[in-house]
Amino acid sequence: MIADTFAALGGVALALVLSPFLRTIIDRTKARMAGRQGPPVLQPYWSLARLLRKGAVYSSTTTWIFRAGPVVTLATILGALCLVPFGGRPALLHFEGDVLLMAYLLGLGRFFTILAALDTGSSFEGMGANREAFFSALGEPALLLGVAGLGAITGSVSLSGIYGRIGTSAFLGAHMPAMIFILATFVIVYLTENARIPVDDPTTHLELTMIHEVMVLDHCGTDLAFIEYAGALKLWVLGLLITGLVFPVHTGSALLDACVTLACMFVLQIGVGLVESLVARLKMGRTPLLLGIAFVMSALWVMWVVR
Amino acid sequence: MAFFLLMSLLAYLLSGAGALLKGRHPAWGARIVPFGSLAASLFALVPVVYVLAGGSPVDFRASWSLPVGSFHLHLDQLSAWFALPVLLVSPIVSFYGAGYLRHHDRPLETDACGFFLQLLAGGMLFVLLASDGLLFLFAWEIMSIAAFFLVVFEHGDDDVRRAGWVYLVATHLGTAFLFAMFVLLGGMCGSFDFADFEGLGGVPDVVFILAVIGFGAKAGFFGLHVWLPEAHPAAPSHVSGLMSGVMIKTGIYGLLRVMVLANDWPAWWGWTFIGIGVISGVGGVIYALVQHDFKRLLAYSSVENIGIICLGIGVGVFGIGSAGPVARLAMAGALLHVLNHAVFKTGLFLGAGAVIQAVGTRDLDILGGLQKRMPVTGLSFLVASAAICGLPPLNGFVSEFLIYLASYWSVLPQGFPSVNLRVGGFVVISSLALIGGLAAMCFTKVYGTVFLGEPRSARVAGAADPEPCMAVPLRIVAALCVAFGLGGSVLMLLVSPAAARIHPLALAASDTTPLRDAALFYLNVTFAVCALAAVAYGLVRLRGRLLSGRAVRTGPTWGCGYPYGTPRMQYTASSFAQPLVVAFRSFLRTELGGDWPSGYLPGPSDFRTHTPGLFMHRVYMPVFAAFSWAAGWMRRIQHGGTHAYVFYILLALAAVLFWSLL
Repeated sequence: MIADTFAALGGVALALVLSPFLRTIIDRTKARMAGRQGPPVLQPYWSLARLLRKGAVYSSTTTWIFRAGPVVTLATILGALCLVPFGGRPALLHFEGDVLLMAYLLGLGRFFTILAALDTGSSFEGMGANREAFFSALGEPALLLGVAGLGAITGSVSLSGIYGRIGTSAFLGAHMPAMIFILATFVIVYLTENARIPVDDPTTHLELTMIHEVMVLDHCGTDLAFIEYAGALKLWVLGLLITGLVFPVHTGSALLDACVTLACMFVLQIGVGLVESLVARLKMGRTPLLLGIAFVMSALWVMWVVR
Repeated sequence: MAFFLLMSLLAYLLSGAGALLKGRHPAWGARIVPFGSLAASLFALVPVVYVLAGGSPVDFRASWSLPVGSFHLHLDQLSAWFALPVLLVSPIVSFYGAGYLRHHDRPLETDACGFFLQLLAGGMLFVLLASDGLLFLFAWEIMSIAAFFLVVFEHGDDDVRRAGWVYLVATHLGTAFLFAMFVLLGGMCGSFDFADFEGLGGVPDVVFILAVIGFGAKAGFFGLHVWLPEAHPAAPSHVSGLMSGVMIKTGIYGLLRVMVLANDWPAWWGWTFIGIGVISGVGGVIYALVQHDFKRLLAYSSVENIGIICLGIGVGVFGIGSAGPVARLAMAGALLHVLNHAVFKTGLFLGAGAVIQAVGTRDLDILGGLQKRMPVTGLSFLVASAAICGLPPLNGFVSEFLIYLASYWSVLPQGFPSVNLRVGGFVVISSLALIGGLAAMCFTKVYGTVFLGEPRSARVAGAADPEPCMAVPLRIVAALCVAFGLGGSVLMLLVSPAAARIHPLALAASDTTPLRDAALFYLNVTFAVCALAAVAYGLVRLRGRLLSGRAVRTGPTWGCGYPYGTPRMQYTASSFAQPLVVAFRSFLRTELGGDWPSGYLPGPSDFRTHTPGLFMHRVYMPVFAAFSWAAGWMRRIQHGGTHAYVFYILLALAAVLFWSLL
């Protein structure tokens, strides 16, 4: 029990320290694919440090909502971090239905991000806000249904229970197709929620085509640092949902499990980088179709699990 | 205990009559309704709390001079639970209403409004207490007709009269089905008393179908919901709050009351509820998203929430058949959503009312920037909006958590669940998630376009928070959203007896462990959000410390000459909903119109979108037009000529003679 708590605390600490590094991996992968050198390894950390040293400019249109946005976003993602198991060990806080709290905490953060964007009164940010709201609404059923499928396979309704019980047998047994479809769903949701290609392009230069980046145009300094850090943590938190599926071997040693999870997480980021290098971004009107496909795939587990 | 119930009904009646007969004391009139309502609530809360805390049901019979039916009042756990929102919301609404109508220019009608408000609240309580078919219909009509007079309060307006007409027709069509239902039930057991109905042991399919249509018309199931988006914008805002938050729930109550008469629940009942839930939930929220009218949007959102309640009931129906906590959790979630929706929807309507009174329009597209001008209204509206999206730590999350938890349980292989249950849970999870996401889109749109950004028209300029008699009820509702959210565990324990009451007659269940467990799980949520609030506070302090001593300036919003345009260039409610309109165009059939810019040097141009109601324009209006046409055709034989009528009489006599010879 106490050992589990310490392991979970270790997982949270790792996330807090290493999550900005995930951006480095993605950017480096993309740079290599394009034949460039890429940014220094610690670039995301330097960026955060630089932002934290800055002053702030607030739009005169905005209210307290605008200032609350980054704080709520970061706080809710920290909450989600405490609910997601790391390396097959129970998370810091786990109970039946904790997946709902995780999903709805992310929803709360999004709610405030969208409102903060609308608070500026800028049409650019309005565009980003409505796209984010619409696409995440379409992504939500895929995520929750996928988790329900995992629950049906493992017989648990708690994230820690699910990821603690998933073993290699789940993949090799009769449930293999279901697991593969759920994994594919999670990958699409991962790319959507983290505003990556093919849904959103974090490096685009035209506001009209942005989704997430355009919503935070008016944030600067500390606020932007909170948002960037929250974004890095979100890469980590949702990534754990995938790594727990991809490598469901429990060695019995917490240290080894942690190392395996870390390696998986890094490989996942290389995968994201590869997708971003090789795949073009979808036309905006096509994105609902992609999320519809994710939803259908997440629903397919019923065929193998319920009979 | 029955004494308190009768006193409560009497208090509603007397204070309502007092509002009409107050004589030459206008100040009196403004007070008699809210305080009467408060007194009535306090009286009725005694037996309601007693029953919910585990006391025996309260029963009261009185002599009755009609040849059929009986005056039988009965308060069991189910009616006590549904009475809670009535007793909680009606005083809040009537205090607000007294302020809302204070400056109305026709005092006589304001008094009538107070009278009918009391009649509506008392009628709802009466409906919940009535334990006899005829008495129930009697109470049902008091409630429905009182609501009609409240809807047509601004009867000088054509649209309002039309809305009142639509409501009256819809509610009476629904009541016609209920008449048929009670006559069938009464015919089968020779009495109209609910206690005798229970002796029947079963509910025939036709009774259930009549109940779904009759009660569904009141509850606003998608397809039978056409009166909601008409009546809610027309009625004064506090009335809309009471109707949308509480009155439509009497439909749910009636359905559950009929269901508990049955010996067992067939699977198709579950599928009926889940089907209604999916269609009402998703349809309601999509239609809510495309509205420009503030209160019409809220009306569609009520359809959505009725859908969520039906999803819970549907899973509960399947869960009854299998061991495990599913049935209890799902029913408890549905019942809790009844209470929670009453609270936050009232808050939304009261907030909308404050805005509408301050700016004089319900058009979302010309509002904006009100958070700075109306901070109290804005904050309350924000809390209620987050609550209706089911976000923690507010009360909407408590009930959605239970319905989700039940659905997650139901897909598990444990406890030998039926395929119906597992597939039902699967459908409910996916539709609840979609509804939740779209609701968040809908309410960020409302809050964002009304309260944030720059004002889109000059109307907003002079807006200010309402006076305390309206602002205090708003604050109370927002506080209730937070309190119910944080105290979710207590609510779960409180709803347990009512949820235990909903089961088929043959299965008397009294196991309370599922909800005790759920309450324990929910304690984690309360703990987590309190910890996160502390973290958020820490982050605010951290930011304050980092920014102290540095340059913190204010400037215009960034973006391509933003200060040089007009505020009309901001994203509007219509533009916010545009991706959805495109994605669901084949379902919504939104009409686009206006003069679009053309040529190299375009002149003035305009753009309009309008989404007509699907059922109103594609089903009901054609059907009623056909009736009207048929009636017009019938007029040919009724032209007023006496000689022709004599001929008809002759024909009729001949027909009767012929028929008797056969």
